[in-house]
Amino acid sequence: MGIDQTILPATKDEAGIVTTRLDEIVRWGRKNSLWPLPFGTACCAIEFMGVVSSKFDISRFGAELVRFSPRQADLVLVAGTINYKLAPCLKRIYDQLAEPKYVISMGACACSGGFYDNYATVQGIDQIIPVDVFIPGCPPRPEAILHAVMKLQERIDREPVARRAQPRRHEVVDKFTDN
Amino acid sequence: MATQERARHDALVAELKQRFGARVLDVDFAFDDCTITVDKAAIRDVLVYLHNDRGFDFLMDVAGLDCMNLPSFRERFEVSYMLYASKSDTRVRIDVPVSELDMDVPTVTDLWKSANWGEREAFEMFGFNFVGHPCLKRLLTHHEFVGHPLRKDYPLMGGQWCSSTSDMTEELNEPR
Repeated sequence: MGIDQTILPATKDEAGIVTTRLDEIVRWGRKNSLWPLPFGTACCAIEFMGVVSSKFDISRFGAELVRFSPRQADLVLVAGTINYKLAPCLKRIYDQLAEPKYVISMGACACSGGFYDNYATVQGIDQIIPVDVFIPGCPPRPEAILHAVMKLQERIDREPVARRAQPRRHEVVDKFTDN
Repeated sequence: MATQERARHDALVAELKQRFGARVLDVDFAFDDCTITVDKAAIRDVLVYLHNDRGFDFLMDVAGLDCMNLPSFRERFEVSYMLYASKSDTRVRIDVPVSELDMDVPTVTDLWKSANWGEREAFEMFGFNFVGHPCLKRLLTHHEFVGHPLRKDYPLMGGQWCSSTSDMTEELNEPR
């Protein structure tokens, strides 16, 4: 958060004032309170459990509040193989998230289908939903997930606050239509 | 142990050959397993006999097989029934050659409940029509999926985009 001006209190009974720009404080709030929805379908989800628990501790990045309802989350963490039967469910869950929403594609399967090079497996979830950060690996180390969260934070920091109004993004989303 | 099992298999094969004669097309022993190939006209009778009179109380799996371009096989498709008799600890596999032109196979869901999902899987993957099955619809693939993906002439990368979500409420509410 860029701080433009700081007015320190003259006495200890007075409150101080910090001035900044609105979009900067909104971004600061967004990037440090990502609520992940783990869309775990395979072994990657086990790695994610390690990231949430005390050893790696994703709460250091403000993203520890795991929610299983898309209404209460703003980050879909797709951890595992997505097959064609599951694809409409993933799309619907993404649609149900309120803006702003972010997607991390975790592991080889979610990113590219992995070694499931066949009729059943979606060859990359970016064919269904827009992805912000891809994590390679099979499965990725917990550190890689933390790295992805930091990369996403950097991205949020760079983006305009009204990022989701970008037409290109809607193009990608609308390509795969539900019902 | 293996010789005991072989003795049980030999007795079973002898009994089947006596009862069904030429309908027992082939018998094969490999790795302590016994595979009996049976003509489709007699498959229902053979399985009823094994279930009712020989104590094969557990149908472990129903599998399909596409033998396209394999000259040693009788017909293009085969259905395999993996059977187990828990009292006598005997396993046997029953194979049925199925022609591409006539995919009808009698169901065995009334003998073993496990045949229900096994036959549904074989149906969706290969296209067998299990006559008399209570609910012959797709099990693993999406209900909008067209074709039978484990057939050799189905394209390997023939994924199909499906638009609607589906649940398994009907399966969960099935009477047990």
